[in-house]
Amino acid sequence: MAINKESNGFTFGFAITLVVVVGTVLALLAMGLKPMREQNAKVKKQLDILSAMLDLDKEGINRKNAASEFEKYINLDEAVVLDMNGNVKEGTNAFDVDIQTEYKDKKLKDSDKNYPLFVAKQDGKTLYIIPIVGKGLWGPIWGNICLDEDMSTIKGASFGHKGETPGLGAEIQQKFFIDRWLEEKISDSTGLYLPFEIVKDGSGATKPQKIDGITGGTITSKGVEEMANRCLSVYAAYFKSLKTKE
Amino acid sequence: MSESLFSKKNRKLITDPLTDNNPVTIQVLGICSALAITVQVNQAIVMGLSVIFVTMMGNVVISMLRNLIPSRIRIIVQLVVVAALVIVVDQVLAAFLPDLSAKLSVFVGLIITNCIIMGRLEAFAMANKPWPSLLDGFGNGLGYAGLLVLVAVFRELFGSGTLLGFTIFGNSLPGEESGLYAMGYTNNNMMILPPMALIIVGVIIWVQRLRNKELQEDH
Repeated sequence: MAINKESNGFTFGFAITLVVVVGTVLALLAMGLKPMREQNAKVKKQLDILSAMLDLDKEGINRKNAASEFEKYINLDEAVVLDMNGNVKEGTNAFDVDIQTEYKDKKLKDSDKNYPLFVAKQDGKTLYIIPIVGKGLWGPIWGNICLDEDMSTIKGASFGHKGETPGLGAEIQQKFFIDRWLEEKISDSTGLYLPFEIVKDGSGATKPQKIDGITGGTITSKGVEEMANRCLSVYAAYFKSLKTKE
Repeated sequence: MSESLFSKKNRKLITDPLTDNNPVTIQVLGICSALAITVQVNQAIVMGLSVIFVTMMGNVVISMLRNLIPSRIRIIVQLVVVAALVIVVDQVLAAFLPDLSAKLSVFVGLIITNCIIMGRLEAFAMANKPWPSLLDGFGNGLGYAGLLVLVAVFRELFGSGTLLGFTIFGNSLPGEESGLYAMGYTNNNMMILPPMALIIVGVIIWVQRLRNKELQEDH
């Protein structure tokens, strides 16, 4: 019996078979590759955190040796997770907190958001690495700020973005912009948070708490300012409570 | 088999799209990704390889099914096959080349909408046997990839002063300039913006038609 391939029955049968076959193949592939994707995401996060305190290219740190280098500098047992008031939250693993997802999640209350803090050791000094997240002109921006052992002086930083304009907003990840943040302090001697301001008049190099913005990248620069102030103030409160305890 | 695997006719399937029937410069298809993915040569190469894979496999699968596909739903069937292949590429890239995959971001997914692929499926694979379809897919993918790499070479060289990430013109970092930069040369920032890709593609089209009078339209 010849099949009429223009009949409704054949058309439906063909469509259903095709979709089932394609769906099965893709599902199997996605499951097979899932461990590798998760591993990639983990390594990326380790590299991001390390990039705040080290020059990854100079130190020869890449995806291959990221895990061992990360362990060398950062002890995850010392990492803590804070709430928005700077109090330590128990029972949450700092490395597993995805601040980008939490930032985007409109339903999540601010009081439920997690603020992870990583503690690193380098040349006998204790450094604090703070991941931050915010929004630029076109999409999310993020960064990691590394504080010196005085819990206030910015010793290193790295910024990243999803899709800021090349040559303008995207310049936030360049060394020249990061250098403008170095040696700035996030708190005064009593531990009170000192907010940062992005300025256009070029006074950033001389005045404290002022950072020169990027020409043509005003909205992205302001996004970095908002991101830094919102996130860093939480940690300043935590550091203040640590200092008072001492 | 009456015809050898690489007969003159079959060879033309590969060579035509590289020259006088190039999918980008002559048929003006796939322009969108040609503008977006040509800032760096290595991105262009990976994107080109992805498209070659999808056009080849898509052509073969559709060609094998061509006598079974009900004509009323043939476009949807083509779309499902292309979409499945693109997801395979996307997943494999994300697993094995995570950094490149992040840079290519949505554009791998957008291979689905690349007119070259659907065009070849509908115009060639639906009416030809699997082997010629494979060659046709390879040729058109290669024609696309070749143009992408050509545009990317110009854009990366003059926009960033590098090729495949290696510095060509010396160090451009402020304060430590060397090579051409020490003599006052600066990168052309316009090169890394999409409009410049359009201009470069336009120049390539112009040069190609200048060399081959048959391609020039009368009006």
